[in-house]
Amino acid sequence: MNRTEKTPLLEVKKLEIGFTQYFKGTQKRTIKPIADLHVDIHEGEIVAVVGASGSGKSLLAHAVLGILPGNAICKGQIMYCGEELTDERKIQLRGKEISFIPQSVNYLDPLMPVGKQVQIGLEKSQAKKKQQELFCQYDLQENTSNLFPYELSGGMLRRVLFATSVREGVRLVIADEPTPGIHPQALSEILKQLKKFADAGAGVMLITHDIMSALEIADRMAVIKDGRTVEISEASAFEGKGEGLQTDYTRRLWRALPQNDFDLEFRAEGGTELCP
Amino acid sequence: MAKTILIRIVRMVTLIIGLSILTFWLIHISPMDPVNAYVGGDSSASPEQIEKIREYWGIDKSPAEQYFSWARSLLQGNFGISKLYRSPVISIIKSRAMTSFALMGTAWVLSGSLGYLLGVVSAMNRGKPLDKVIKWYSYTLVSTPIFWLGLILLIVFAVWLRWFPVGLAAPAGVLDSEVLFIDRVRHFVLPALTLSILGVANIAMHTREKMIDILNTEYVLFAKARGESKWQIFINHGFRNSIIPAISLQFAYFGELFGGSVLAEQVFAYPGLGSTLTTAGLKGDIPLLMGIILISSLFVFMGNFIADILNMVVDPRIKGDG
Repeated sequence: MNRTEKTPLLEVKKLEIGFTQYFKGTQKRTIKPIADLHVDIHEGEIVAVVGASGSGKSLLAHAVLGILPGNAICKGQIMYCGEELTDERKIQLRGKEISFIPQSVNYLDPLMPVGKQVQIGLEKSQAKKKQQELFCQYDLQENTSNLFPYELSGGMLRRVLFATSVREGVRLVIADEPTPGIHPQALSEILKQLKKFADAGAGVMLITHDIMSALEIADRMAVIKDGRTVEISEASAFEGKGEGLQTDYTRRLWRALPQNDFDLEFRAEGGTELCP
Repeated sequence: MAKTILIRIVRMVTLIIGLSILTFWLIHISPMDPVNAYVGGDSSASPEQIEKIREYWGIDKSPAEQYFSWARSLLQGNFGISKLYRSPVISIIKSRAMTSFALMGTAWVLSGSLGYLLGVVSAMNRGKPLDKVIKWYSYTLVSTPIFWLGLILLIVFAVWLRWFPVGLAAPAGVLDSEVLFIDRVRHFVLPALTLSILGVANIAMHTREKMIDILNTEYVLFAKARGESKWQIFINHGFRNSIIPAISLQFAYFGELFGGSVLAEQVFAYPGLGSTLTTAGLKGDIPLLMGIILISSLFVFMGNFIADILNMVVDPRIKGDG
């Protein structure tokens, strides 16, 4: 593997995100949901970012896209193709080279036909044709394009969201929990689609808390806990009793999965509690 | 949808019946006496003559009998004869309504479009000086009584600057057929402006709130993540999601608009429905008063009715059921 020699597509170093808020009326305080996060993604690679709810996974995606709320303070370094990803570059690149697949179907405009939503950002003269191709590719019937989001099922809306992310020249796909609450068949379909992005040469950041399905396609796994990267390991290390893993936390996380017998014995040996 | 419209129409009929009973009862217990209003200051009428008039008009009958005879003629389209103008109520209302509706229509369109625009600009620049100016302007206007604003405009533009006439709908002492269109416009500007300026605040603040809600939704966040510019976000999502509530709000605003026009017409002595209503009330012209009340409530009801229908037709989510 020549991953280490090449410049990564995306490199997040020492990312810190804080929010200032007012409490008791006038006093200001800062809360820091992300303290020290790093992750890197190469072209054609799928990196799964896993962690519990509230560990800051979605914020990472929003920080890369530059869509954090106004009161967020973002520190650290985000490099894209070896150059710093400034706010201006984020605005230029998002929707073109960087594509986002959001976590909920609420991210679709409730009053716009889905076909039209897929056409946004496509070149006007070809938008209609391109959208029809995409619908065909994602098994959406031609006539669904005139329907509004409320008229489609959850699975269909997921596919619409995927269709919005397919653009010529996309080099980085950020998928923010595209899998929750989806039956196994649709799940494998979604994973297959993500794999397709990677096969086409794009880097994929798969944000999820579903370790098992992430392992099916990911090359590497980044484990996040309380806004910090705990470890980044090859997906192959998540195996057996987790001997190949670097940290205790990840090993315990791995062995606590139902598939691995909720290994509680190990937890007692480990000394510290998994959930503080 | 047809069912909803039918229910609405039934509701309108019952509303009109209820309203006619209520107005009749209120006027019945009021100190207003039609005979007194008719005879006026003319003291030459003897008590016997007055008694004769009472009998002739049926005022000596019971209130229920009076109501039913009034309602019966209403159903035949007969609103009665105005005691003040000595002509049929319906023709007075017709002639005044045109003046009033021109006034209210202009104010409605102007305040609606300007208010919507200000609301959108304010929301898109939330927290910036422009937003603060618009907010300050709207809050000031909302708390301004319309007659006071009318007087201010009158003092500034009619008295000091002499740009516009002080009142009336046409120059005094000129035959109706000889009044130029430009003169009518000059008389029209100040009352229309007064009504419009106040209407702006309402719609601007509502649109601002709605627009801020929209800008905070996930679909706008996603639009941003997909590289849509501020302008594209407004065209693609903001307008689409905010225009329906804005328009229905503006239709529902008919009631306030009518109330406002009563005051504005009074200040500018503008001969529309509103000022006629005031005159009829003050002079005890009961048929005219009740006629205008019924027509104007029908007008307000139509506003709300249109708002509802519009919501159903335009918002695809409401279409399916009903």
